[in-house]
Amino acid sequence: MTPYAWLIPLFPLAAVAVIIFRGERLPGRGAFVSIAAIVLAGLAGLQILGEVATAGARADLTYRWATLGNRPLVVGFVVDPLSAVMLAMVGIVASLITIYSVGYMRGDPRYPRFFAYLSLFQFSMLFLVLADNFLFMYAGWELVGLCSYLLIGFWFERPPAARAALKAFITTRVGDFSMMIGILIFFLHTGTLSFTGIFQGIQAGQITGPLLTLAAVLVFGGAVGKSAQVPLQVWLPDAMEGPTPVSALIHAATMVAAGVYLVARTYPLFILSPGRDALSVVAWIGGITALLGATMGVVEDDIKRVLAYSTMSQLGYMFMGLGVLGYSAGMFHLITHAFFKALLFLGAGSIIHAVATNDMKAMGGLARTMPVTFWTFLVGTLALTGIPPFSGFFSKDAILVAAYAQNKALWVIGTVGAFITALYMGRLIWYTFAGSYRGAAEGPDPQGGHGGARPHESPSVMTVPLVILAGCTVFLGFLERPFGEFVRFAGAEPPPGPAGLVALSVLVALAGWAAAAAIYPWRLVSPSALRRRFAWLYTILVHKYFFDDVYRWVFLGAGSVLVLIAGAFDRYVVDGLVNAVAWLTGRAGWVLRYVQTGREENYLLLIFLGLVVIVLVRLIR
Amino acid sequence: MITLTHYLVLSALIFVLGLFAVLTRRNGVAILMGIELMLNAANINLVAFNKFVAPGAMQGQVFALIVITLAACEAAVGLALVLAAYRGLETIYLDEINLMKW
Amino acid sequence: MTGEAIAFYALAAITLLSGVIVVSSPNIVHSAVALVPAFLGVTGIYILLNAEFVAGVQVLIYAGAITVLILFVIMLTEGGTGLRLQQRNEQGTIGAVVAAAVAALLIAGATRTVWTPQPGTLATYTPGAIGQSFLGTNLLAFEGTSVVLLVSLIGAIIIARKED
Repeated sequence: MTPYAWLIPLFPLAAVAVIIFRGERLPGRGAFVSIAAIVLAGLAGLQILGEVATAGARADLTYRWATLGNRPLVVGFVVDPLSAVMLAMVGIVASLITIYSVGYMRGDPRYPRFFAYLSLFQFSMLFLVLADNFLFMYAGWELVGLCSYLLIGFWFERPPAARAALKAFITTRVGDFSMMIGILIFFLHTGTLSFTGIFQGIQAGQITGPLLTLAAVLVFGGAVGKSAQVPLQVWLPDAMEGPTPVSALIHAATMVAAGVYLVARTYPLFILSPGRDALSVVAWIGGITALLGATMGVVEDDIKRVLAYSTMSQLGYMFMGLGVLGYSAGMFHLITHAFFKALLFLGAGSIIHAVATNDMKAMGGLARTMPVTFWTFLVGTLALTGIPPFSGFFSKDAILVAAYAQNKALWVIGTVGAFITALYMGRLIWYTFAGSYRGAAEGPDPQGGHGGARPHESPSVMTVPLVILAGCTVFLGFLERPFGEFVRFAGAEPPPGPAGLVALSVLVALAGWAAAAAIYPWRLVSPSALRRRFAWLYTILVHKYFFDDVYRWVFLGAGSVLVLIAGAFDRYVVDGLVNAVAWLTGRAGWVLRYVQTGREENYLLLIFLGLVVIVLVRLIR
Repeated sequence: MITLTHYLVLSALIFVLGLFAVLTRRNGVAILMGIELMLNAANINLVAFNKFVAPGAMQGQVFALIVITLAACEAAVGLALVLAAYRGLETIYLDEINLMKW
Repeated sequence: MTGEAIAFYALAAITLLSGVIVVSSPNIVHSAVALVPAFLGVTGIYILLNAEFVAGVQVLIYAGAITVLILFVIMLTEGGTGLRLQQRNEQGTIGAVVAAAVAALLIAGATRTVWTPQPGTLATYTPGAIGQSFLGTNLLAFEGTSVVLLVSLIGAIIIARKED
């Protein structure tokens, strides 16, 4: 099966083609085709994972596409532990989410198109994961960006959704541009786009010194954009305008994880940079984003946005992990996070479907009325906050251990972030599930679903994926050791930390829960009092550290100026030139028509005059 | 000693006189007279070349005879046109014949 | 100064002076009449060039037929009133300039070129030789010219006919 891995992305691609052309008349209005394709892909991915893990199968399927001048353009696919786990993860998570969407998107007028877009995204992500060269990876990169745009703006009749889609695309474009420059620098110096080729080139010294760091950081820029890290994180909260399955699949589990995958796949670029500077950049940006995202989640009332900030923060952890030489730790956190974050988002979708609102302040008491959702959501939350024995504990802890060994400052940041993570998740649980229902009887329906009068549990097509994901979340953690053996990078193995470090992490997480408990259910301190006391902090957090405002000011402001200049230039210079040519022609015609006097004595004169001129010119030459 | 060049210069001068008449006279008949002068100049050229450059055959003189014949035809037709124009437009001065002018 | 030279210059003077009168006289009848000495001068030139037959035809056709024709038309149109109207149109000066330029070019071209004579001698009895060539090598031109004569004859009659 392994040599045929490149066929896997084709299943969802075929589904796209079929749904686009036959959509409504297919069984299940296209949903079944999409599900079949991705389930097949998922099973194939698992099979390949098995082969790679047990039989040590590898595949390097290259193909000489063209010859550019005297350089061959060799592209291909690679199957190794890294891509195998990504294949399996994407396949499983995407399958569950696609099945879930059948329930969530029921009744939507563009139902088949949703599944077509989902399948297109799955194709793009699988293609990206299997790529063994920058060309394919960049192609997949752009495709997932396109699908993100299409899916965020799926309900494009809503202006916020349309704006959010555009914002996502443009912000990630900035990152993609940086990545492209980085790729071009590598291509320029090594003459190849394939990863192994570039790694060999770096080791052969074809690109060294500050240029290598710069190029690596530029490539990382693409990850910064795609994974919503500082300073390109502004698009992720707005992206929650899309349907919740989209948020789960793209903006939690897979697409945003592509940035982490990129760094892992091109790890030699970073680890070989002089002084490991590029790696430090990755680590610090990850750490800062981890903290920033967590802090913004504390003041957010929209349940999906809280989860979005949480995703941003956890991605920061992953980058931090990769940056402090915790290769396996970072990747393991990517995998576990994919499962429990998808679980959390699907659970949120279940809630939103039931209560027809995203606002946590308008929820409450759902633990009783939606038990399956509640218990699975709780499992996900515990994993996220790093409570043993759930998977998140193992993976986040591995990152913190690696950070402790490499860079104590980052370890502190990570630990503080863990505290805040527990704080905002506890807050979320309290507002959403505890107490009694605060919702309105009837309300506008932002994300579909029935009215909010009597929230009830979601249909099984939605709850079964929740349960499956919860199960994975519970058991994945124990695979940490084998995973570390399986997905590793020589030279990036952190030493085990001092005893008690792990216990400290758990204590910090529990402290966060305790703080949440102190503020919300037990009312030791009231939230409003805290808000007044730290009003300055609250303002900063609510305004998302003013990133949006600064960007609007600077870029849109500068953009408006440029627009004015360009507009004036276009109107007066370009149009002016064209109009001037026309005017000139008119005037010339007006003047020249007097040559046609209608009198042949004038014509004769001109003839002989011309004759004289011609002969004179000829004589002079 | 009169050489070819003398005849050529003479014919050039006659030609230019005819040209001047064609370019500057208002009377249609005067223009035709100018044309006749130009044709004569050409004829002088032809006959001169025949004598000095290509005396073997009579081509030059033959050509000149044909030109004279054709000049006669052209004068006839041209003057007929002038007559017809005079009948219709009451004038033979070319600058007054301007029905087609803008 | 050989006799030929004297003859040439005299004939040239007659021709050119008459030409000047033709092109610049305000009286159209004077112009027409001045055509006659011009043509006769040219006839003399032809005789100097050993083209007797051409000279004869020139007198007959040009000085005879064409001049008379022109005088006829002048009389039939209003030129015969002898009015001293403005005979030169508005492009007089530039026409003179152009004409002078053309003259300069022609003369320059004529004087600078080296004309290499080809072998052969001119026939002494030109009418016979011309007749031979008209009915020999230039038969087609001869016939063509007669057709043109016929056509222009018919054309002139039709154009100048009084419409009634």
